[in-house]
Amino acid sequence: MLSELLRRPRAAFGLVIIVAMVLCAIFAPWIMPQDPFEQSFDGLDLMGGPLPPGGEYLLGTDLLGRDLASRLILGTRTSLTIGVLANGVAVMLGAAVGITAGYFGGWTAAILMRFTDLMMAFPALLLAIVLAAIFQPSLLIVALVIAMVNWVQMSRVIYTETRSLVERDFIQVQRSIGSNPIRILIKHLLPHLLSSIIVFGTLGISTTVLLEATLSFLGVGVQPPMPSWGNIIFENQTYFSTAPWLVFFPGLLIVLLALAFNLVGDALRDILDPTLKGRHG
Amino acid sequence: MMMTENPERGDGVRPVLSVRDLTVQVATTEGGKTVLDSLSFDLRLGETLALAGESGSGKSMTALAIMGLLPKPMARITAGAIRLGDRDLTELTETDYREIRAKRIAMIFQEPMTSLNPLMTVERQLCEVLLAHEICSRRDAPKRALQLLKDVRLTEPERRLKQFPHELSGGMRQRVMIAIALACDPEILIADEPTTALDVTVQAEILDLIRQLQHVHGTAVLMITHDMGVVAEMADRVILLREGRQEEAAPVRKLFAEPRTAYAAALLAAVPRLGEAPERPAKPQAQKLVEVDDLTVRFDVTGGLLNRTVARLHAVEGVSFHIRAGETLALVGESGSGKSTIGKALLGLVPWDGSIRIDGQQTQGRSRSAMRPVLRKIQMVFQDPGASLDARMTVGDQVVEPLKVHGLAKGSELTDRAEWLFRRVGLSADMLKRYPHEFSGGQRQRVCIARALSLSPQVIVADESVSALDVSVQAQVLDLLQELQDEDALSYLFISHDMAVVERVADRVMVMRLGQVMEEGRRDDVLHDPRHPYTQRLLSAVPVPDPTRVRQTVDVAIGKEPNSPIYPVGEHPDRFALEELKAGHRVALPD
Repeated sequence: MLSELLRRPRAAFGLVIIVAMVLCAIFAPWIMPQDPFEQSFDGLDLMGGPLPPGGEYLLGTDLLGRDLASRLILGTRTSLTIGVLANGVAVMLGAAVGITAGYFGGWTAAILMRFTDLMMAFPALLLAIVLAAIFQPSLLIVALVIAMVNWVQMSRVIYTETRSLVERDFIQVQRSIGSNPIRILIKHLLPHLLSSIIVFGTLGISTTVLLEATLSFLGVGVQPPMPSWGNIIFENQTYFSTAPWLVFFPGLLIVLLALAFNLVGDALRDILDPTLKGRHG
Repeated sequence: MMMTENPERGDGVRPVLSVRDLTVQVATTEGGKTVLDSLSFDLRLGETLALAGESGSGKSMTALAIMGLLPKPMARITAGAIRLGDRDLTELTETDYREIRAKRIAMIFQEPMTSLNPLMTVERQLCEVLLAHEICSRRDAPKRALQLLKDVRLTEPERRLKQFPHELSGGMRQRVMIAIALACDPEILIADEPTTALDVTVQAEILDLIRQLQHVHGTAVLMITHDMGVVAEMADRVILLREGRQEEAAPVRKLFAEPRTAYAAALLAAVPRLGEAPERPAKPQAQKLVEVDDLTVRFDVTGGLLNRTVARLHAVEGVSFHIRAGETLALVGESGSGKSTIGKALLGLVPWDGSIRIDGQQTQGRSRSAMRPVLRKIQMVFQDPGASLDARMTVGDQVVEPLKVHGLAKGSELTDRAEWLFRRVGLSADMLKRYPHEFSGGQRQRVCIARALSLSPQVIVADESVSALDVSVQAQVLDLLQELQDEDALSYLFISHDMAVVERVADRVMVMRLGQVMEEGRRDDVLHDPRHPYTQRLLSAVPVPDPTRVRQTVDVAIGKEPNSPIYPVGEHPDRFALEELKAGHRVALPD
């Protein structure tokens, strides 16, 4: 599988970015050029504003004179954890609910899908704030809170797709040979749903990272001074016109992260589809 | 009529459409693939030219190329010319083409439901065409639309105008499609498998209608079909296509009487002909493997605000029959007759009432897990082999899946078993690692049969199992089924709408209509000496692949559609009593 991924240039590019980010997150303390928490006088200009990129501070400094490069490197930990964990949980939960409701139909579907509708109708941000206020904010809790909000769309999509798959003959065949439902769900429905799951899962990465930033901004996310890409954007958004680099660099990283997962996801989808075997696209 | 544009109309010799060296290529990952190779033909005024061939022969591509409807940019015309009068259609722009379509060349498709707009009444769809091509004024359009519906002999045309496509039956929809196609009085009508999706009695009516309209309007018809019966009934001349090339072109009688190419001869020989099937050997009276008594299947039709049951579909109503070991019982009937539902009920795939005993075991009221031992004795082969295989699993894994599910084999035993099953259905064991899309339709159906055989069942329900296959492949699969029966004394419940196929395989035949048995008996009794009027009508509607036979006009009440098996809650259809004419030949008494 890995070698197949690496044979595709776009997927290999995505994989390299992901690996680089993971390494950044793990070895952050050793590769940060400065202390990300130190509010240095040298980091501010004469008017007390942030320094632009170049010179001693590679990517410039933020409002409090902290080194942006170091904060971004440390922020990789937070954002990657949120992006992967929160999104992963949301995808799995959403897919599980969707596929169950879709396969069994009837009352199971009615209950599960009405609950999903309820969650959809409920303002996501409000729900996240309430949940975050109940539990002590920590990285894990923030990730779970985001997952609780984000699984709904996934379950809707998977539900609809499962409904149409269940009507197909090859699922009827499974019933006619006496397969039990668990086997049908895992061996026959899931492989057909993987492409949707992957597409939705990779799309969810960037929204998840930004939702974390929103929560941080409202004070219920990752607590300052701990940096995350999202909260760096939000902390500095008022200075966008005078110090655009403060928004540009973290924004770029979020885009890169989402893009990398997208590229790898697309390739995975093709590799897993036997009807596309031998083709490259 | 467009007399001014076409002074020579009715001449019968001058070609209205002439196709020269038409070549169409489709883009694939391996580069351009030629799907139509230098095809040339003339379509003359007032004649019917049939383009016949098996799947992949390029017959539909030809129709799309003429209509300028090739899926772009996937497929394109790489060489050749299509001349309509003095214009070359291959050089037309999309805007020019709009002047041609409907006005000079019209087309009807296989599936009338998907070709009609479900949100517009019949009247609006007809008027739209009339107005778009300025056939008449807005004020006259409704009157003209009504006349068109009368021309295609729809019953109650005034009411039909106000109806939506879903309120019409398949046959009525195809009539509406024909009315739309003829709205602008085109010179050429292209009919792409126009009756393939219809029941045989309806097919007979539609073919008759096309013939009569052609006679009145002098339209040239290009008939595209895979069915040699339809060819024989309709065509003046035939072009037989195979893999994009013209295999043989001949007047219809000549082609059927003395085909020149080996392919044409083989194809015509493979066509099952009603009344020509060999005798079935008499079988000893074996034990009854399947005993069905008073089987009833009803589906709730829900609707309204609270999703309450508003009506019931009586799919199967009090049906009783049995199948003996080593015997084939054929279930025939048109769509909605409940024949497939019976097959599903036997395997517990739909909820049902009554009594079903398989090898002595009562299956009434069994849960799905309690059904599992029964499923080892009865298995099913579905209609569409492409859809009934999982595209994401190798065929080798799928063939032995039932064994895994029932915990009957594991490890290397599974591989051995898969190889054995593959050889048994005539596939080579080195294909086991492949995926379904790497097989042809006939091979896929063999895989499905191998899977059904893996549990060594005694009964196989074959639900339209050869209907989706080309005739030559169909014959091979039927032979395979016969071989398996001879070796293992398998019993089949053979569900089919195709009378000629049924005649080949069945020992006994049961004719169904709207969920009830109309006639049941030994094959020769039912098919060669039918007693029930419905059976007689069904048999006479089957297109005969013999162009020398006098084409009979349909004498059934035109446009008479079967009643619906849907009844309000609490109401029941009247059950017909069956009268036994002689041993084993039962016929429903008229009510």
